[in-house]
Amino acid sequence: MRLKLLYVSLGALALIVLPFALSDFRTGQLATVGAYFIAILGLDVLTGHSGQISLGHGAFMAIGAYTTAILVGHHGVRDLATIPIAAAVAGGIGLLAGVPALRLSGLYLALATFGIAVVFPTILKKFDTFTGGSTGISFFGSPHQTGHGTGVTILGAHLSNLQWLYALTWVIGVALFLLVWFLLASRFGRALRAVRDSELAAAAAGVNRSAYKVTAFGLSAALAGTAGSLFAINIAYVSPDSISIQLSLYLLVGAVVGFFGSIWGAILGALLIEFLADVVGLIPHVDTKQAGPTSFAFGAILVALMLLLPLATRLGAAVGRRGYPRPR
Amino acid sequence: MANLAQQIVSGLASGGIYALLALAIVIIHRSTGVINFAQGELATLSAFICFALMNHGWAFWPAFFVTLALSFGGGMVLHTVVIRPIQGGPLLGIVILTIGLLIAINGLTTWIWGGTSQQFHGPFSTAPIRVAGVAFSKQDIGVIVVAVVAMLVLGLLFARTKLGLGLRASAVNPSEARLVGVPVPAMLAVGWGLACALGAVAGVMAAPSLFLDPNMMQTVLLYSFAAAVLGGMDSPAGAVVGGLVLGVSLNLLGTYVDWIGGELRLATALALILAVLLARPSGLFGRSIVRRA
Repeated sequence: MRLKLLYVSLGALALIVLPFALSDFRTGQLATVGAYFIAILGLDVLTGHSGQISLGHGAFMAIGAYTTAILVGHHGVRDLATIPIAAAVAGGIGLLAGVPALRLSGLYLALATFGIAVVFPTILKKFDTFTGGSTGISFFGSPHQTGHGTGVTILGAHLSNLQWLYALTWVIGVALFLLVWFLLASRFGRALRAVRDSELAAAAAGVNRSAYKVTAFGLSAALAGTAGSLFAINIAYVSPDSISIQLSLYLLVGAVVGFFGSIWGAILGALLIEFLADVVGLIPHVDTKQAGPTSFAFGAILVALMLLLPLATRLGAAVGRRGYPRPR
Repeated sequence: MANLAQQIVSGLASGGIYALLALAIVIIHRSTGVINFAQGELATLSAFICFALMNHGWAFWPAFFVTLALSFGGGMVLHTVVIRPIQGGPLLGIVILTIGLLIAINGLTTWIWGGTSQQFHGPFSTAPIRVAGVAFSKQDIGVIVVAVVAMLVLGLLFARTKLGLGLRASAVNPSEARLVGVPVPAMLAVGWGLACALGAVAGVMAAPSLFLDPNMMQTVLLYSFAAAVLGGMDSPAGAVVGGLVLGVSLNLLGTYVDWIGGELRLATALALILAVLLARPSGLFGRSIVRRA
């Protein structure tokens, strides 16, 4: 317990110090990492704890991102005020999607959500009066953008625009993490895991499995929507290409990395999505201006993880540590 | 009327491609119980291999058959190296692994051949052929013929050969098949090989009309999922019928219903998948499986 406290305080310290130690550009990248972190947290609740898979979480991120962009760009709502609205819209749609998802077993849920991830961009392009079609919606420098893209002064301290975005994303990220942590440690989380491990046993113990699974879907979608909203605020722009099928699948990679070690894994997964291209670029003669090598590395990591996961859980059991919940 | 006939024939051509890929998905689903999300990217990779051979001066047909052989071997290797080690674990783990394959293979083809679209010269000319006063594209007719031949060969293989019997036995009841001496793991590997070879036919046949690029088969994969789901996921005949019905009806909807046009074709396929899964999960031809909770 004491060790855990040490890790957490070290992590918190790193979060506060990093933006002052790094360049503005890297700080901006870390802000995006924060958005991915929140989305992976959502996927963790859904897949890790309630046993439902989603290959389409990018679509929920897109719903959040477009809610923010449409409200700020077309209706003049202050960007900060759109974050809870984006969470509510995505969460509401997630609750609705969770009801039919009850009828689909794991394999078919994967199929259906994959379909949603593939199709969603084409729907965004079709209804271009709302969504701006392929060009998307930009609100950089808009009067409703906090700091108008030039930076923000809080309590007399001036933050550059990217520092402000970093602070905003990670304050929300840490708050949501604590919320999810307490939820999962409570009766709610125990019930979710009971349903995941055996629906029959959970039902026999008086757990309303449908209600819990649908709630998990809604909560997960709300987290993804928040992530999408922050993602949009970070770049003050959204288009069908910025949240693609690729991102949906990368989020899954991030979540699978997360299954290895809960919170640290989720952070690692988020860092992976943002920085893998930079890491792959360090290999000589590999040109990461083109997407191929990075994408190949993502896929290879996921394949390797899935091959090693059974091994890792077996090793974990052998040394007496409780294995982290795995997707089913 | 002439337009309607043209649309039906070109719908049958794309439907034939959906059917081939749907068959590949069904073969793997029947034998190993997983959905192979990488099937589309594997087909794209095969099309690129054929493309590379032709760039080295090969004629189309030799390149095509060598590609089929390579894809068959590649599928067997894939099963042996990455699928077999985690076979028997949670199904979703294998599904996530195939998603890893999807991402990796897409990255690999982008890495090697670049992300831009390339013209792929197929074996059939795009010139029209006149039948009863209606002009059909020779390419469409050719694709339909190739798809029918591939399905017939596969059907004969499954129905009339000892290998086919072994394949069916290991899909239906692996443990008892082993008892009577069927080498089940080898059969499963052959199943993956056959699926990849079928995918190769689909990829090579799709390439001339879709243009070759690393994401070429992503939408085709969704149509094929719709075809397989419509046919009941476990029925080869269902996958073929599903593919053809889907190809023709999407083509007609896209032509005659303005609101759907080209843009909502994919969304229509998704709506079909969701409707079938929710209302009648066993599809048109599948058996419903009763399981104890």
